[in-house]
Formats: sequence, structure tokens, C-alpha cells
Amino acid sequence: MFHFGNIVRTKGDPKIVDSGTSLARPEDRLARALGWFSIGLGLAELFAPRRVTETLGMEGHETLVRAFGAREIISGIMSLSVDKNAGLWARVGGDGLDAAALISALTPDNPKKGNVALALLMIGGIAMLDYRAAQETKPKRPSPKARRRLYPDRSGFPKGLAAVKDRARQLTNGQARTGAPS
Amino acid sequence: MKALVWHGKEDIRCDTVTDPEIQDPRDAIIKVTSCAICGSDLHLFHNFIPGMLPGDIMGHETMGEVVEVGSGVDGKLKKGDRIVVPFTIICGECDQCKRGNFSVCETTNRKRQLGDKVFGHTTAGLFGYTHLTGGYPGGQAEYLRVPFADATHIKVPDGIPDEQLLFLSDIFPTGWQAAVHCDIEPTDTVAIWGCGPVGQMTIRSAILLGANQVIAIDCIPERLSMAEAGGATTINFETESVLERLDHLTDGRGPEKCIDATGMESHVMASQPDTLLDRAKQMVMLESDRPHVLREMIYVCRPGGIISVAGVYSGFSDKIPMGAFMNKGLTMRTGQTHVNRWTDDLLRRIEQGEIDPSFVITHTVPLERGPEMYQVFRDKRDSCVKVVLKP
Ligand SMILES: NC(=O)c1ccc[n+]([C@@H]2O[C@H](COP(=O)([O-])OP(=O)(O)OC[C@H]3O[C@@H](n4cnc5c(N)ncnc54)[C@H](O)[C@@H]3O)[C@@H](O)[C@H]2O)c1
Ligand SMILES: [Zn+2]
Ligand SMILES: [Zn+2]
Repeated sequence: MFHFGNIVRTKGDPKIVDSGTSLARPEDRLARALGWFSIGLGLAELFAPRRVTETLGMEGHETLVRAFGAREIISGIMSLSVDKNAGLWARVGGDGLDAAALISALTPDNPKKGNVALALLMIGGIAMLDYRAAQETKPKRPSPKARRRLYPDRSGFPKGLAAVKDRARQLTNGQARTGAPS
Repeated sequence: MKALVWHGKEDIRCDTVTDPEIQDPRDAIIKVTSCAICGSDLHLFHNFIPGMLPGDIMGHETMGEVVEVGSGVDGKLKKGDRIVVPFTIICGECDQCKRGNFSVCETTNRKRQLGDKVFGHTTAGLFGYTHLTGGYPGGQAEYLRVPFADATHIKVPDGIPDEQLLFLSDIFPTGWQAAVHCDIEPTDTVAIWGCGPVGQMTIRSAILLGANQVIAIDCIPERLSMAEAGGATTINFETESVLERLDHLTDGRGPEKCIDATGMESHVMASQPDTLLDRAKQMVMLESDRPHVLREMIYVCRPGGIISVAGVYSGFSDKIPMGAFMNKGLTMRTGQTHVNRWTDDLLRRIEQGEIDPSFVITHTVPLERGPEMYQVFRDKRDSCVKVVLKP
């Protein structure tokens, strides 16, 4: 099988023969996909806001679209990071803002209200994916109330802590008496 | 052979790879009997240290039995010898090695152009670490090629279990160096941030070196309990004010010596707003490290005191209070550990029963389960403090 890592190996170093299973779960892959989607959409909103506002009959709201683009890029970067859960929740919140903006454009006099309705539907679908990914990638850190094993008997000193402290005290006192630098 | 291989952020797999071979007369190959996962490996797991490539074998805390030696090892090692492998690869001959500054050996980084470019000067080659330090295959594997093996080894006697010796490779000398760097005096209070494996070794070292008071700071109850067992007074930074407790414990003077055993991934929490900002900047690559602990140490340290940094930092840290640092007349000492500078002494201390570093091990599992143990160790699940892997 082809392994990219083998191309960049220094000559003589071990090469991959057969790769083991990855730790990545389906929800991690979903988070990645949503992260890249977010960045792509964000770039479009940031650099081509006119295209967006024209499609939705929202001319004049370019600044808002740009701001939304910046938001998308940030939550996208977060979703691709080790703190993907925070990124995904940021996306869920963002979906809410998107929906609110679209609903405000869903007026009878908007000639593009069909497009707006379609966009709303899409946002709904993506919001569901975002929510699912956010739920499923909750960090698995133990809660503060979790049952824990404590280690009060692991001093690491076979002769006991008190003996070690005594010995250290003797040694450092000895140093002080002989005037050796400490 | 089987080995734990880095494939990308949070993606480490137990792969089948080709066996290592002698490439240079000074090489040796060992059959690994035990290896461990280190906090430094977590920085790589999170891809916070630049210069990793898919296919890199992880691991730098390794020991085993010599199964093959090159023609240039000069009788310093032979088949059957039992050795612990220091995580810093050393030539033993360059000016820095002669001074005992092993972690900045001038010869062993085989990608020294990268090291020279990024750090100004190359540092030593390291096992299972970034290509800035040579990108040498690591020891979370069944076999390991040890370059410069005539110098890069710690011979250990039979009759002492692996568990007591393995940490001579890294965390025990790391904790020791962090404490020695403090020039501890019998009246000193030594405060230590982080009670992970490195922090635990640092606490024991400060006690052995005769500190009057050792204070350990973390937020994980099981790690704090282990710190207390080793002789430290503990502070839980999630439920207590570090500043107030330190003030109280030192009659307002501040600890004379402060040690960072946390590094670039300081805990992120709302009550420490600087950590939120650091995390945000880290995500968009405006800052590589989260130096909350450095800031806190500079602020609380007694004027004229010493700050010793064992925790790893990778690139750029923002908002370091240089004003306080300078005006308080503080000294900072840092470094990857000069492992072989300390190991003769530390091995003797283990042999004489002064200390038994195996106290820190909470999990021992087969190598194949390594990938999931990265997550367990990272998330501090199952009261995990230190993981040992058996190939
Ligand atoms: N200098 C060296 O040669 C060397 C060698 C080995 C490890 N290290 C470094 O030492 C550091 C610790 O390693 P480890 O194996 O103990 O890792 P670890 O991740 O298990 O331990 C770090 C501990 O710091 C605690 N922490 C986080 N934020 C804190 C804060 N604000 N205040 C106090 N404690 C905080 C965490 O809860 C954790 O228990 C890492 O950065 C690692 O890379 C350096
Ligand atoms: Zn390490
Ligand atoms: Zn050297």
C-alpha cells in the first residue's frame, strides 16, 4: 500500500509496511469536514460578499456578510484544532445567527425569497450536523466529581519521606558548617 | 516490527514498519523491553511543535537489550548489555559534550541546517521528536537504532526491574536538573508548577536536595495527592488562589525558587483570561506557546530568586513581564535535559534505595494499546499519571 510517510523518510529509517487503525472516530472526521466547509464558506463571504447578497436579494448588507465570513473562518479554524468541540459549538451559534439574518430577508417583497428559503433549508441541515458533531465530540475529561484513585502512599522514597528529609537536613547542615558553597 | 507512528494531529497508530538496521559504525540496535509516553509526546500529539512528518516513529523514553553493534562502537557496548537510552543523542566528543552540555551536542543533529535556521544554533539530535532535532525514529517500538551508541547510553545492572530504571532516560534527570538549576539552599521555598510525571520527579529532587519547603501546584486531585506523598504542600489552582496561598506559605516573601514543569500547554480556563487569549492566538498561529506559568512565576518569585524552566516551549511566547523579571533581579535557567550529566549519580541513588522512580507509573499496557493511552494520558482519564508500554 502507498504511504506518504515513506516518501519523506530519511534513507535507512524504518518504513511503514502496514498501517494500524487510526484513533479518529467518524465524529472527528465530520468535525474536520465541517471545519473545512466553514473556512471555504467564510472565504467566499469575506472576499465575494456581493455574490452572496445578490443571490439572496440582500444588497447593501455586504459588511454584515463580511463579518459573518470572518466568524465562519474563526469557527472553522477552531473546529480543525484540538479544541474542535468549542469550534463546533461556535458553529452551532453561528448557524443561529445565519438563520436569523435569513429570516429577516424572507419578506414578501424580496424577489429572491425562493433562494432565501433554500438557504434557510440548507442552514437547517448543516446546523443539525454541527449539533450532532458538537454533541459527539464532547471532551472526555473526567468531571470534577468523578471517582478518582488517589495516591497518598506513593512517596517514591523506599526509606520513607521522614528519613529522606532528615538525611537532607544533615547534609545541608554539614555544608553550612564546613562553609562549602551550597 | 511494531511501532507507534505519528500520522498527523491526534493521529498516532500502531503500525508494522521495517526493522531498523545499522547505518553507521557507531550505531547499535536494541530490543526494547520497556518504553513510556512523556508529556513532550503530547505536544507532538497535538502538533504544537513544528517539524513532524507523517511516518515518524514516536518515543524517547526507552530501555532494552543490545542485540547488534556497529564496528565503531569500540567495545563500549556489546551484545547482551542492558541499557537505558537517554533521549538526547550525544557524540561525547564535541566541545559541548565535553562541558557536559549534552542536550546541545554540536554533532548529532543530522538536520542541523534546520536547527541552525530556527534556533540560531543547532541542538542535539533527539529520539522520536521534531525534524528540527534530527527527526530520529523513536523508541515506542520493538527495536530501536541508537546512533552514536558508544556515547548515547546508560549501562544498567541486572537485578533491578525496568520500572525503576526506565526514567533515567528522561523524566528523573529532568526533574533533577530542574531542581539543581535552582541552587537550592536549606532555607528555600521551592514552588513547582505542574504535578505530571516531570513535576513529581522535580518534587522528589527538591526534597533530596534539602529544600526547606516544597510547594506543588496543579488542578488534578490524584496528581496533587501523589505530590503530597512526596513531601510537597499542594495548591489546587482551580479551587484556590495561587497568589494568596503562596503569599501565605512564604509570609508574603514569595518562593525563592520557582520551577515550571508544565510547559507550553498551560491549562486554559476562564478565571485565567490570559490563557484564553493565548489559546486563541495559538489557533491562528500568532503565538506558539501558552506561557501562563512563566508569567505567574515571574510575578510571585521572591526578588533575587531563580526561575527554572523544565517545561517545553517551542517558539514564541507573548506578554512575558520583562519589567518584573528585570527589576526583581531574577535569573532564568532552562534547557532540554543534559541526561548523561546526572545519570551516574541518579543510578547510584536508585541502587542504594534512596529513591524508587517507579512510584509514578499508574498504567502498564502492551505497545499495541499505545495509541489509546495517548488519549488517556492526555485527558487524565482513569487517574492516569504515567504510562509504560511493553513491546
Ligand atoms: N526539559 C526537558 O528535557 C523535558 C523532559 C521531559 C518533559 N519535559 C516537559 O515537561 C512538561 C511536563 O511534562 P509531563 O510529562 O509532566 O506532562 P503532563 O502534561 O503530564 O504534566 C503537566 C501538568 O501541568 C499541569 N498544569 C497545566 N497548567 C497548569 C498551571 N497553569 N499551573 C500548574 N499546573 C498546570 C497539568 O494539569 C499537568 O498535570 C512538558 O512540557 C514536557 O514537554 C521537558
Ligand atoms: Zn520526555
Ligand atoms: Zn557532542
